[in-house]
Amino acid sequence: MTAIPSQMDRRDALGLLARAPAARLAELLPELPAHDLLRAPEIGTVMVRGRAGGTGAAFNLGEITVTRASIRLPSGHVGHGYVQGRDKSHALRAALIDAMGRPDIIETLRAEETARRAAIAVEAAATRVEFFTLARGEDE
Amino acid sequence: MNAPQTRLSGGFITPAFDSARGFRTILSAMSRPGTVLDLAGGHGPAPLSDAAATVLLVLCDRTTPLHLAPSHDTADMREWIAFHCAAPLVDAPDAAFALGDWAALQPLDRFAIGTPEYPDRAATLIIDGHDFNATPAWLFGPGIKDSATLALPKTAAFAANHARFPLGWDAIFTAGSRIAALPRSTKVR
Amino acid sequence: MYVAVKGGERAIDAAHDWLGRAHRGPAEQAPLDTAQIRDQMALAVARVMAEGSLYDPDLAALAIKQARGDLIEAIFLIRAYRTTLPRLGASAAVDTGAMRVKRRVSATFKDIPGGQVLGPTFDYTHRLLDFRLMADGELPATPPATGDGAALHAPHVLGFLNRDGLIEDTPDDGKEPGDLTREPMELPADRALRLQALARGDEGFLLGLAYSTQRGYARNHAFVGELRIGAVSVEMEIPELGFAIELGEVEVTECETVNQFKGSRTEPAQFTRGYGLTFGQTERKALSMALVDRALRWDELGEDDQGAPAQDQEFVLSHCDNIQATGFLEHIKLPHYVDFQAELELVRRLRAGAEDEA
Repeated sequence: MTAIPSQMDRRDALGLLARAPAARLAELLPELPAHDLLRAPEIGTVMVRGRAGGTGAAFNLGEITVTRASIRLPSGHVGHGYVQGRDKSHALRAALIDAMGRPDIIETLRAEETARRAAIAVEAAATRVEFFTLARGEDE
Repeated sequence: MNAPQTRLSGGFITPAFDSARGFRTILSAMSRPGTVLDLAGGHGPAPLSDAAATVLLVLCDRTTPLHLAPSHDTADMREWIAFHCAAPLVDAPDAAFALGDWAALQPLDRFAIGTPEYPDRAATLIIDGHDFNATPAWLFGPGIKDSATLALPKTAAFAANHARFPLGWDAIFTAGSRIAALPRSTKVR
Repeated sequence: MYVAVKGGERAIDAAHDWLGRAHRGPAEQAPLDTAQIRDQMALAVARVMAEGSLYDPDLAALAIKQARGDLIEAIFLIRAYRTTLPRLGASAAVDTGAMRVKRRVSATFKDIPGGQVLGPTFDYTHRLLDFRLMADGELPATPPATGDGAALHAPHVLGFLNRDGLIEDTPDDGKEPGDLTREPMELPADRALRLQALARGDEGFLLGLAYSTQRGYARNHAFVGELRIGAVSVEMEIPELGFAIELGEVEVTECETVNQFKGSRTEPAQFTRGYGLTFGQTERKALSMALVDRALRWDELGEDDQGAPAQDQEFVLSHCDNIQATGFLEHIKLPHYVDFQAELELVRRLRAGAEDEA
């Protein structure tokens, strides 16, 4: 049995599991280990909030679909999955991996997410404007 | 791996069907005061009865402030409610629902009875561990043909509650897997 | 006389059958895949998500397909679906300062930390139809850009003005914002409710109102302090965990306008702000929202009521929702035989009365 991870590690892992494509999780964890359902996968919404002026008072922007599930492994370990979208198997796999603690899967997801984000950042950086300052009268 | 937890079981197996059936049963009990019905499906930590657990699963969510009377205010209960209902736990005057045994819910004048403009802003008391075999009181009023009977913990309290109709709280009685209800509209003798 | 109207069931069934066939198009064509709509009609998807007030690109694509491309009908489908889902909670406010930007421009400052990033914009296109898209189906592929892929650090532009006290501060009052999907909106509505209503309001309606402010109806000359599009993380407190986790990420468009303000008895001359935030790449909508938000703030800023439509919150908030609007508008094409019969009787009686008097 591995050491109990810190809250920060678990938070980080749950975020990566939520943001990962559902199909990718299915590849990384094709077989579901035995488990009891504490909460069967359930689709709902979460109200997303913004702030006036970006930093001011909160307001309700609109909702996202979210699916959640909670399971218990035969070992007694409990896992929770909360993932964006409506894929019940995504939520279930996230909960299972949360309970199992699979650093190998988490690190794979982290690397893939970093690559996805970098690809967009590269495209964005290429469209950054380089201004040329033209000679002005008072500069002579 | 996270530490083992054991207080998260006892939710509905098939939430859509279980909650629809549960709601129908609670509605029947409330609309036919004195009728004792079977209600199960939910299962929470002691001392919560299965019937009361099912009432919580059906009626309580993050929009219904819940008061736990001392008899039911345990760490296990709080954890179970946070997971299954997410109802915010509040003091008695702010509660939409209050859960406890009869003694722990006293004094009852702490609970909201609504206002003349909004009589619906009143609390519903879930009186758990009810003794359905105590001496019955006579019931009259809406939903009752002629008269009905139901064991009450203290008849005078329910008579006084009815006297201020349309204000007043409503009551649900639970024990084991049995449920009955007494809305404020019922006259008690 | 009341005449019971019954029937039409067969006609309705046949109409729906025809709709089904019309929807599909000629059998020899390939059917549209919702993934194609999601990825190739991404801006239509963004509009449906913004005004449907539900961020789910797959669902929005399905709604567009089912609605045969009628975006308001698609928004209606999304709003209807949303009502079937339980609300699991509310997120922490998204941090747009930490946005992973793919577009970010400022019309007020040329040199900003992080730079001006154009992103995938139509802005500098010539608006000439590209017939290659029709002839070949697609354009020759261009190779993806190359670079180190380091995330852009792009702090909010208006933060610089704020540091110098030249623009109004927007403090967080810590209040729980009202939610018009839960409680009916009461007027006057505070800014949080107004922003929610505008964020899900009709793009065309808000565009028209915003344009009216530019043309002089409640003039408040707006500069685009910053417009940014990118991904933000959505984070929520999970009671059973006892801490907050990220549930996912959404693409949003954020627009901050800078508006002149001459000052009042209590405030020095300074700039004021309008704010727009919308789901998806919905730039025109976010800009419109920011202009209308600013126009609606005349009262709290001590400005004059010029009687302009964009200043009238009852007018704006009661009419900006296209599902409310289309529901009331389109119902008048349904049978009103009894109502009209009554009107007809009345007109006949009035005419008969006039003839008797003559």
